[in-house]
Amino acid sequence: MELFYHSAKVLLGTLKDVSPIIGVILFFQLVVIRKKIDHPGRLIYGFCLVVIGLAIFMIGLEEGLFPLGEAMSRQLTNFYFLAKGNAAILEEIDTTGSVYPLLYFWTYIFGFCIGFSTTIAEPALIAVALKAKEVSTGAISPWGLRLAVALGVAIGISLGCYRIVTGSPLHWYIVAGYLVVVCLTFFAPKMIIPLAYDSGGVTTSTVTVPLVAALGIGLASNVPGRSVIVDAFGLIAFASLFPIISVLVYGIISERIVNRSRRKSLRKA
Amino acid sequence: MIAFLIKLAKNIFSVFLNILPILVVVTSFQLFVIKQPFPDLAATISGMFFVFVGLFLFIQGLEIGLFPLGEKMAFQFSVKANIWWLLIFGFTIGFSTTIAEPALIAVAKKAGEIAAEANAIQHTSESIANYAFGLRITVAFSVGFAISVGVFRIVKGWSIQWFIIIGYICVSIITAFAPDEIVGIAYDSGGVTTSTITVPLVAALGVGLASSIRGRSPIIDGFGLIAFASLTPMFFVMLYGLIIY
Repeated sequence: MELFYHSAKVLLGTLKDVSPIIGVILFFQLVVIRKKIDHPGRLIYGFCLVVIGLAIFMIGLEEGLFPLGEAMSRQLTNFYFLAKGNAAILEEIDTTGSVYPLLYFWTYIFGFCIGFSTTIAEPALIAVALKAKEVSTGAISPWGLRLAVALGVAIGISLGCYRIVTGSPLHWYIVAGYLVVVCLTFFAPKMIIPLAYDSGGVTTSTVTVPLVAALGIGLASNVPGRSVIVDAFGLIAFASLFPIISVLVYGIISERIVNRSRRKSLRKA
Repeated sequence: MIAFLIKLAKNIFSVFLNILPILVVVTSFQLFVIKQPFPDLAATISGMFFVFVGLFLFIQGLEIGLFPLGEKMAFQFSVKANIWWLLIFGFTIGFSTTIAEPALIAVAKKAGEIAAEANAIQHTSESIANYAFGLRITVAFSVGFAISVGVFRIVKGWSIQWFIIIGYICVSIITAFAPDEIVGIAYDSGGVTTSTITVPLVAALGVGLASSIRGRSPIIDGFGLIAFASLTPMFFVMLYGLIIY
């Protein structure tokens, strides 16, 4: 009964969340375009699937993804795990009440792996990479682009974990990142710029975002001396900023390579 | 029928691709690095199963019902409508898809719980829900705003980097005034907003616009709407923080 009540509540909530889209589509279709909708049955069927799917997903998020991220960060920040049975380190943690940031290196590696693997497999990114190849007539290679974005996300999350551990202010990293982006923009080939800016937002998928958020919250609540409200967030910001940098760098490098080979072939001719 | 089954298999595979890397990384860390049994294994597995099924149905429903109609409308609008309707359409599409974005719903709720635990807001489920909803409305408004500005940019053919640089400057300035408690979630909200629903519809609008206006290239002008949509929420969420704290 409890479960039924809970599911009904979630279902009602998602219904409310999805209804604005339906409202917008109906309004523009009926009032502005003034045409009948082609397949009303399919629209209703799809709408039902969206509402039910979203409700199940939200339950799975609470039961699966959030606990997973929190469990991983709890285990990776456990003092006994960090000390690896070294009594001297444990005692130092006990007396000083703080942990040397580099002891958390497995956390940084974990962040790197999660960022890299989820991004390289991300279907949205694969689609964008293929489209970019098509429009650039082969100058942007899909694998190069995917690798650049995945490396950017991986470095971003890993550095973001380091920031949470050290507790240094988020905005310094972000503002510094912006400066790098602005400088690189002036050197990057024009074609890659909008693609690079977009790649920041596209890459963080619906599954990755909650997991990474939970990782950050877990880190901030388990690392001694950190406050959850100030330090917990920011990982996703890192994961959206660094791909911009890495894709711009990728664009600059691949242009250099193309130019060099072109010059070589000109000289031969 | 066969085409439908292929599509079905493709959707199952793409959701699987979203979850598989996480499972591989977590399992190998658990086995080789942490070397301890996973806490609450059964509950987490069933939860991940819910994530898989839910996301699959969600994407399936979007592709059957919303995307074909939404993309067609976005395209029709970009070809025919006058600029005002186009701007209004961009705003409402951005706003309504963001309200339904699953990742944002989840993260906003978490942010509300954290704010309550830190006594920044009252510790009742009602005030947590209000805070989370306020956050989502703010983000949805900013995405709507961003899409309108982005559409206007494509129509005018202005280059994107000036908008982005000005946006960065605004974000940097308001960071100096915003309360510490909101900065993290504000920066994160930029990346959270644009996922499953927003990206396909907005991309259809951008590419449709760029290919229907003479002298615009789909790659230079068509992309870039998402970039705006991940930039403006940072600014407006910090503004929201300034108001409520």
